[in-house]
Amino acid sequence: MDDSRPIFAQVAENIENDIISGALPEEGQAPSINEFAAFYRINPATALKGVNVLVDAGILYKKRGIGMFVAAGAQEQLKSTRRDKFSSEYVRPILAEAEKLGIDSTQLTQMIAKEANNS
Amino acid sequence: MTSTIEVNNLSKHFGKVKAVNDVSFTVAENKIYGLLGRNGAGKTTLMQLLTGQEFASSGTISLFGQSPVENAKVLQNTCFIKESQRYPEDFRPKDVFKTAPWFFANWDQEFAERLIADFRLPLDRRIKKLSRGQLSSIGVIVGLASRAPLTFFDEPYLGLDAVARQIFYDRLLEDYANHPRTVILSTHLIDEVANLLEHVLVIDDGNLLINEDAETLRNRATTVVGMKTAVEAFIGNREILHRDGIGGLSSVTVGGLSESERRDAHAAGLELSPVSLQQLIIQLTRTETKEFEASA
Repeated sequence: MDDSRPIFAQVAENIENDIISGALPEEGQAPSINEFAAFYRINPATALKGVNVLVDAGILYKKRGIGMFVAAGAQEQLKSTRRDKFSSEYVRPILAEAEKLGIDSTQLTQMIAKEANNS
Repeated sequence: MTSTIEVNNLSKHFGKVKAVNDVSFTVAENKIYGLLGRNGAGKTTLMQLLTGQEFASSGTISLFGQSPVENAKVLQNTCFIKESQRYPEDFRPKDVFKTAPWFFANWDQEFAERLIADFRLPLDRRIKKLSRGQLSSIGVIVGLASRAPLTFFDEPYLGLDAVARQIFYDRLLEDYANHPRTVILSTHLIDEVANLLEHVLVIDDGNLLINEDAETLRNRATTVVGMKTAVEAFIGNREILHRDGIGGLSSVTVGGLSESERRDAHAAGLELSPVSLQQLIIQLTRTETKEFEASA
């Protein structure tokens, strides 16, 4: 947890990451609010707020009396949202830094191709 | 929402000193509150007033809908853990844990024993022979195991090491989750407890400076860093919480910024960094800052 963004948003993002990576599989049960609170060492009200973001987005759903589960199709839905934001969150900062250093777009494309080949 | 505490225009004067100065606030049921402020700000006096250990100079206090003064019904439901709790001369920790259940209806002996093991507290040693940290751990254990509907922790961990403090935070969260209750935690270690708090009260010089949701407070300030001219152009006539500078660089803390303001700042080549709860409170309660601003 860092101070740059609201904690509930970071909790939601961490759960999203676990769904994208498959650590929390679709139709699998998600940890309880109290488990999230203990794990992240945060107030349960904050954990609840984070989880509710995902419930409202249809990523998690509640089964009364049992707990919360990952919705079917949640992984693809999250990946698609992240792809939409990829350009603004990753590409633009790279371009800004490249411009600062005088790296033009041809050089930048070559660098990316080279790194892609190495990995 | 039910409020556990209601305070109206509360003041406490010691001679000319206004320890608590016309303070009004409510505390909602089953939330964890942080009561923060500098040494001598009035935190302990406020808690003593709330628990009926001091008489108010003026104003009213209601706990669970009643006055706490000489009120057994209210005080049974209230646990106040003080920094400098005194015990009878020949007491040993085991005597404390034998007598504490008399005062608290919800006392959980099993939980107390688990905490005693967690803190490695020697039960048979005379209290005056205990280390400062061990003494603090007695208070922490009583505060947690009493499960009082309203629990005050006033600087509960003088001398507790980092491991023991973490145990305290973890057990508090865990037990609070299973047995919700109203907790008021007064501390100087703001960074350590920031994420545990749901609501924050900041007292400065007897006045209630901040009474706000912790999450709201967290987004209240941002530090803008960059070339002096660019920073000045960006902040315009925003309210400035703090200002620092070195050479041609400037670092200014201002109120929360919107998404578009953040983009503008980035476009102007400025760096934005978050302000932690602790930093925010330091900046709001630091005397030099106020003087500096007053003279600026």
